[in-house]
Amino acid sequence: MTDDGYSLTSSIYGEKMSLTNATEKEIVQKEMTINMGPQHPATHGVLRLVVDLQGETVVGIDPRPGYLHRGIEKWMESRTYHQIIPITDRLEYITCMNNNLGWVVAVEKLAGIVVPERAQFIRMLMAELTRLSGHLVWLGTHALDIGAMTVCMYTLRERELILDLTETVTGARQTVSYVRIGGLRNDVPRDFLDKCREFTEIFPKKLEDYDTLIRQNRIWLKRTKGIGKFSAEDAINYGLTGATLRGSGVNYDLRKVEPYAAYDKVEFDVPLGTEGDVYARYIVRINEMRQSVRIIKQCLDMLPEGPIMTADPRYAVPDKATVMTNMEALAHQFVLMSKWVNMPKGEVYVATEAPKGELGFFIVSDGSGRPYRVKIRAPSFVHVGALPKMVTGHMVSDVIACIGTIDIVLGECDR
Amino acid sequence: MDADQIAKMIEEKFSGQVQGTVTHAGQVGVMLKKDMIRDICRFLHDEPSIRMDHLADLTAVDYSAYPGDAGPRFEVVYNLISTVYGHRIRLKVRVTEEEPRIDTVTSIWQTANWHERETYDLMGIIFNGHPDLRRILLSEDWVGHPLRKEYPLKGY
Repeated sequence: MTDDGYSLTSSIYGEKMSLTNATEKEIVQKEMTINMGPQHPATHGVLRLVVDLQGETVVGIDPRPGYLHRGIEKWMESRTYHQIIPITDRLEYITCMNNNLGWVVAVEKLAGIVVPERAQFIRMLMAELTRLSGHLVWLGTHALDIGAMTVCMYTLRERELILDLTETVTGARQTVSYVRIGGLRNDVPRDFLDKCREFTEIFPKKLEDYDTLIRQNRIWLKRTKGIGKFSAEDAINYGLTGATLRGSGVNYDLRKVEPYAAYDKVEFDVPLGTEGDVYARYIVRINEMRQSVRIIKQCLDMLPEGPIMTADPRYAVPDKATVMTNMEALAHQFVLMSKWVNMPKGEVYVATEAPKGELGFFIVSDGSGRPYRVKIRAPSFVHVGALPKMVTGHMVSDVIACIGTIDIVLGECDR
Repeated sequence: MDADQIAKMIEEKFSGQVQGTVTHAGQVGVMLKKDMIRDICRFLHDEPSIRMDHLADLTAVDYSAYPGDAGPRFEVVYNLISTVYGHRIRLKVRVTEEEPRIDTVTSIWQTANWHERETYDLMGIIFNGHPDLRRILLSEDWVGHPLRKEYPLKGY
């Protein structure tokens, strides 16, 4: 034993080596089960994987989600439709705005609420900004996991710009609770549009920078090409959605299939991959960011004037100035905030294109101000379910690449 | 094809299985008996003019506290969409409290595997023939199914 770490390690290593030599064949043939997570830096949260290995090859993998299960669906049954908006922030906590939007669009479908056009455009603008922020986190952490550290520093820098923009509009960087049933909480501040336009000028150049950092990088290509392949048929069968599905060449984007907000009024393309591997999904998401910028620019050009809250007096939350001066508005706000209004009986399943994939809300209404049952169809949950198919047969280090490429957030997976 | 037409096609192919349809906000739900659910799903998946290839969601609802509902307690709900044609349909199948069992559809859509595990975990529906029916979100030794209406919201 010496104080010198190197010689200590090497002596232990040397001993092991000699043991291994004696029974090398035996060790290689023996299957080994290792536990990855729930506290593992590359599992993007508290995902636990039980991995069966043959040497360094994965022969079986059993994901064990649930470490972040907070019983959100049960909890929602005791909250009013309005009080659920902040709960949705806690699902996919990186891109809260898209969760707010998904929930609100579902409730509006249930009750048949018509939303003014300005509100629709601002919703779409904010949703696309948030999509960029989500994709930046994905790109940074995915590259970091594979070993390209530099990218993460840059993507988080640009994400700050988006979070600043979000803060000027909503007052919060995360957990925004900005979208309201029937409209929005407040209009955008006057200087926001200029700031946003400035951002759309800066961002595409930055995007090229990240892309040049890794697109031609030999290590990146080796680590991502041909890994985690999904054929188009399998991808649909396993329920993959979002960019994870489109990497396999399936043209299925809910913004096109069933347009919500104002997606039918703007022009954008749906980027598709062909190979269905980690690299294809990387290309798809990078191109999606370009399309998001395109949508944001059109929003800024086309943003109509007008109200930001529905004209339907049953569901419209009165604005603060009216509440302070008008007795009826005060009473109405009190009712809306404390028990909401009686909703129509019935059930709807409404899905929106969140950054991770298809975020669906299935609502059963019994006619009261609280939902009878809510089911959240979380893309991350479905994607983790497809992980065994994706990584079996690959090396253990490819597990990390695959977790990165399905772009999961455990808050949404475990609910 | 609109969802009413699909409901008619199911009725023609599997007579006596359709118990009615409900429409809300333009979305059609077809109420089915549970006996032939796997065959019906297989038909919806394979039939070239329907091609319901994407099982968007599978879940269950406990109707024991629903005002004015007298049917069997649980309803298993399948939300289907075709990525080819873009049409949607919802299948609704009631199962009783005494026998909360229904056939698995894992052989048709692989994604049903985890959805069914979750439904078993939180609602206690048993899927016959499921390859791996274990709890998924709660720990293995958990007692009870939290999304059932009698399960308390606090105190656990």
